[in-house]
Amino acid sequence: MNQLPALLEQFRADFLELEVNDRLMLLLEFANELPELPAEFLEHPDLLERVEECQAPVFIFVEITDGIVRLHATAPREAPTTRGFASILVQGLAGLSVQAVLEVPDDFPQTIGLGAAISPLRLRGMTALLARAKRQIRVKVSA
Amino acid sequence: MTVENDSSTQFQSYAHPERLVSTQWLQDHLGSPGLVVVESDEDVLLYETGHIAGAVKIDWHVDLNDPTERDYINGSQFAALLGSRGITRDTTIVVYGDKSNWWAAYALWVFTLFGHSDVRLLDGGRAKWEAEGRAYTTARPVLSAVDYPVIERDDASIRAYKDDVLAHFGNPLIDVRSPEEYSGERTTAPAYPEEGSLRAGHIPTAQSVPWGKAAAENGTFRSLDELNTLYRDEAGLADGDEVIAYCRIGERSAHTWFVLTHLLGFDSVRNYDGSWTEWGSAVRVPIVKGSEPGVMPNR
Repeated sequence: MNQLPALLEQFRADFLELEVNDRLMLLLEFANELPELPAEFLEHPDLLERVEECQAPVFIFVEITDGIVRLHATAPREAPTTRGFASILVQGLAGLSVQAVLEVPDDFPQTIGLGAAISPLRLRGMTALLARAKRQIRVKVSA
Repeated sequence: MTVENDSSTQFQSYAHPERLVSTQWLQDHLGSPGLVVVESDEDVLLYETGHIAGAVKIDWHVDLNDPTERDYINGSQFAALLGSRGITRDTTIVVYGDKSNWWAAYALWVFTLFGHSDVRLLDGGRAKWEAEGRAYTTARPVLSAVDYPVIERDDASIRAYKDDVLAHFGNPLIDVRSPEEYSGERTTAPAYPEEGSLRAGHIPTAQSVPWGKAAAENGTFRSLDELNTLYRDEAGLADGDEVIAYCRIGERSAHTWFVLTHLLGFDSVRNYDGSWTEWGSAVRVPIVKGSEPGVMPNR
């Protein structure tokens, strides 16, 4: 069993201590906190990978500098759930090493208490976001 | 206690104009006694970002589906849900939502399974309300629970099961999914998650009419003439037909069910909510691949 990075562990604890309805509001806070894409990506949308498994158009790009990961993501305002998923991962993975990100359990999205609040089916989008981010890292590291 | 109908001329050519209200009508009637506005979206958080003042939220996953069985909630669950939203059996319900009212129409169809008589759609949904610069609030309405009677669901008239579809061959079927799903290139809507079907294609003889063709760019329903062209001239439906519509899990086809039933006036339309996620995984049911409807199976 791999150790969950501290920030993701904190996010999980934050969700789990709330009533189911309040978890939605916390997810909305995350959605509102999703950082804007850096300008270089706005000019080069071709760098971004679409997460096909998400219902809303969400695009991600993983940057690795000196072994440190930065995930970038964008999703439209009218898709707050997807923005929330992306924001949790963008914030929770920021500054981690390649190894630490790859060791984040694939079922992390299923462990933060959102299943009852938004339905397990919708959570698949977040699982796919994490999986695609890891896949980009593997491709980049082996290149 | 029914709230007056929207008598806008734009709706009068439809078979049941009382099933639609315009954004202006809703604006003018907000707060009317006996009216409850319901928001039903694909995105479960959209309501929280801002909604029409006083509107309550009902989510298709969390509220309308049974959490364990693949079925809708039962009569007592429905009574508890609607009562908690301040809705009585006499309430006029106006539903609106995102994506051309895709999920709003689905909620309306489920309400109809329980025979709620006065349930209407806001033509154009969220997109039109926003495009016209009308207000949203994030304030949750203060609700007091009311009594909604326990009414058992009546699946017989507007819902089809797999066996009903097998017995239906020879009558019109409408496949409302994307052309790629219809032909069997893929099992999910473009840009939608895999929901688990083992085979791709369509039910033999089904005509392909993607649901979104019934909606204009601004999210409102197309005119009667345009809808007649689509469903009668092109898909071959005729008065008196018994029709079954399906998609992937029954939500897009609920939108088409609304169009056929309430706008075009077909009085025997059923929504097969098992849809492709059931049919495409069922053992020994006939399937056709490619862009042609295919022939009726010998059974």
